[in-house]
Amino acid sequence: MPVKSYIAFPKEGKKSELISELNMLNECEAIPSESHDLVLVVTDTSKDEDKMLIDKINELSSLQHISFVSGFAD
Amino acid sequence: MNQSQVNRRSFLKKMAATSALATATTMFPGIAFSETFKDSFSDSPGVTWKKAPCRFCGVGCGVLVGVENGKAVAVKGDPKSSVNKGLCCVKGYHSVMTMYGKDRLTKPLIRKNGKLVESTMDEALDLIASKIKTTIKDHGKDSVSIYGSGQWTIPDGYAASKLFKGCLGTNNVEANARLCMASAVTGFLTSFGLDEPMGCYEDIDHADVFILWGNNMAEMHPVLFSRILDQRMKRGVKIIDFATRTTRTSMAADKSILFNPQSDLAVANAISYEIIKNGWMNEEFVRNHTSFAKGKTKMGYGLEEKYKFKDKQEAIDIEAYKEFLEDYTPEKVEEISGVSAKDIRYMASIYGDPNKKVMSLWCMGMNQHTRGTWINNLVYNIHLLVGKISTPGNSPFSLTGQPSACGTVREVGTLTHKLPHGVVMNKKHREFAAKIWDVPVENIDPKPTYHTVDMFRALDRGDLKFMWIQVTNPMVTMPKLTRYRDGLLKDDRFIVVSDIYPTPTTDIADIILPSAMWVEREGLYGNSERRTQYFEKMVDAPGEAMCDTWQIVQVAKKLGFEKQFPYTEDTYIEDIYNEYTLHHVGKKHGMAPLSVLKSQPGAQWPFVDGKSTQWRFHSDYDPACTKEGYDFYGKPEGKAVIWQRPYEPAAEEPDAEYPFWLNTGRVVEHWHTGSMTRRVPVLHRAMPNAYVELHPDDAKEMGINNGDMVKLESKRGKITMPASINERGIPARKMVFVPFFDEQYLINELTLDAYCPISKQPDYKKCSVRVSKA
Repeated sequence: MPVKSYIAFPKEGKKSELISELNMLNECEAIPSESHDLVLVVTDTSKDEDKMLIDKINELSSLQHISFVSGFAD
Repeated sequence: MNQSQVNRRSFLKKMAATSALATATTMFPGIAFSETFKDSFSDSPGVTWKKAPCRFCGVGCGVLVGVENGKAVAVKGDPKSSVNKGLCCVKGYHSVMTMYGKDRLTKPLIRKNGKLVESTMDEALDLIASKIKTTIKDHGKDSVSIYGSGQWTIPDGYAASKLFKGCLGTNNVEANARLCMASAVTGFLTSFGLDEPMGCYEDIDHADVFILWGNNMAEMHPVLFSRILDQRMKRGVKIIDFATRTTRTSMAADKSILFNPQSDLAVANAISYEIIKNGWMNEEFVRNHTSFAKGKTKMGYGLEEKYKFKDKQEAIDIEAYKEFLEDYTPEKVEEISGVSAKDIRYMASIYGDPNKKVMSLWCMGMNQHTRGTWINNLVYNIHLLVGKISTPGNSPFSLTGQPSACGTVREVGTLTHKLPHGVVMNKKHREFAAKIWDVPVENIDPKPTYHTVDMFRALDRGDLKFMWIQVTNPMVTMPKLTRYRDGLLKDDRFIVVSDIYPTPTTDIADIILPSAMWVEREGLYGNSERRTQYFEKMVDAPGEAMCDTWQIVQVAKKLGFEKQFPYTEDTYIEDIYNEYTLHHVGKKHGMAPLSVLKSQPGAQWPFVDGKSTQWRFHSDYDPACTKEGYDFYGKPEGKAVIWQRPYEPAAEEPDAEYPFWLNTGRVVEHWHTGSMTRRVPVLHRAMPNAYVELHPDDAKEMGINNGDMVKLESKRGKITMPASINERGIPARKMVFVPFFDEQYLINELTLDAYCPISKQPDYKKCSVRVSKA
């Protein structure tokens, strides 16, 4: 049951699109910066879903790059 | 999921978000997120939030520590704190995790037949008291010592000073702040007669230009740097980074100016030259509020065994000062410093503009300097010449590196020459301290003994036999480390170390005492802006870990000083703080009562008539002033001193054999030697090991690529470590930079123990090395 956080960087001009796409994923919460093109991402999944979710995020067309920050196991 | 599981997962998500927020703040100082997001941290059920000052760095951010089921589980910035206004840096956000490393020291260890074996606190404290007694009996009172830290709480340092100076009668009390802040102290004392900044962090909200003198604020003081960046967004303030290396601060600044190591002395004089030449001097201010002086020159660098130096102040007039500055025209200084005459004139024009408020900030770059006192004086000179001082936004501001370098080391006075009020050399000061300490005045020796470098030299020589080290890790931080480690390992030396984790210093200990850390105990810190802050005990310390103050109190009682240490375990922090405040009664340094400090995020001394003092030395703000306007009451006639201090070269400069400068320092992710922050997985992953930064052109010439192993050699030692090229920072050509947080790469085996002859602070920023691909 991992809870993880990431920092995601959108492609140029795609920040709003990235936030929408992330928020459409059920296990995902997007927290945008108000001053930079950067979005904090928090995921809450079962162990099995974890890899599938990050695969889905990596496929988002608006995403430039995503970096893992921290993980917590319940 | 039941409700408690939902709450738990919600809490974990907030913690995960906090880690990401902290990392983003580190990557992009000043980054903003919505207030709704930040506020969402405050509603975690089952978590109680209590206020404390952060225990990392000297900024003194107010934090709220979340406690759940007897464990500290979270941290957030305290929105009520005027220091950080709810912000935190990456170390602050992860600070509670530093308490829960798997290898916390939980039992005392005593070395028996060469091996450390578990013991009881009572046996360990008995043995310490007995060793102190027998060492003094066999070798005299000056054969025992205590070496503490700017991470000592105020009660820790006070108890140490009272025991060693007041009861045992030795001035062998020092602290690692000698390695980071001593030049700031002597700078203040020589220019103003009193220690610590006249201004405060609120200056940031008023200044128009910020000139950073060798100060990588983006990494070392990230929350304050964020406040400056915030002012740039709101008011368009300018930031000038004046440094020897390109850093994250340089990249964020409006202008980056690089200078050759040590030549800041010459540039500061050139700025003063330009100010006078262009008629920008505030003549009325200079006439009424300053005097001019010169001191000794060509003082040496403290490299000789038992080196002694005493400066001699000699009055001069402004004409002599102007004549002295003729050697520092921008063109002449360009030759020494590598800074263009145009850039020197640009900096001078900022200070000289009567419509601009200027804040100068500095920390280790100016203090860890063999002419550290001088460069502090020279920056004060600039502010004094233009009268930009002691009013909101006009502020020469010396930042500190540790949470209580000011509160404990400088204010309590845990340095060989100091007393809580005044110095040991002054009979009245000794009498005053002795009365409060309830000891015969004869107990307090009028002669200072060893400053830090000298103390470790004395241990090596055998003049010192016993040292108790608390809250610091000198077997990573001492310059010319190999000599001092070998000294401490000699057979008849006895070393006690109080710490929370195993370190290279506990490795050489005869007794290791497990300490309670930060909010596992009660305490107080004092930050860079004269703010004293209280924290309560929030969680239990593990095993037999004990508060450092209580360790000292227990040993004092065992040595027979019950009368001077009558404290009980329930109230000793309060009792000690109340006693300590007696040393500072009055308008110049009055301390806030504990009840006030418990109720709010700190108070600034002088605390007079229930109010903090934000700006000293001006009657509009400082109740200690006895005349209208400016009153530098630390000096005769209320006049600050403008010092004639020349440029002199560094103690060791690159040559044909060792052609590179070696500069050392810190990184944002790790606290000092990394003994705590390297045990936090997020921080360790973010910065797993030390490295050597090279200029890309130097690396190319030597065929060194990023990550290649590089050999560094100085006259004192050698090390092989990975190269970092175009990553965190970029040194100038023919310079390398190495952070010291990683005990696997002991860079201080290469550094030089040269120090400022006035402050006795070593220079960690300049020695020479040879560089090659390994």
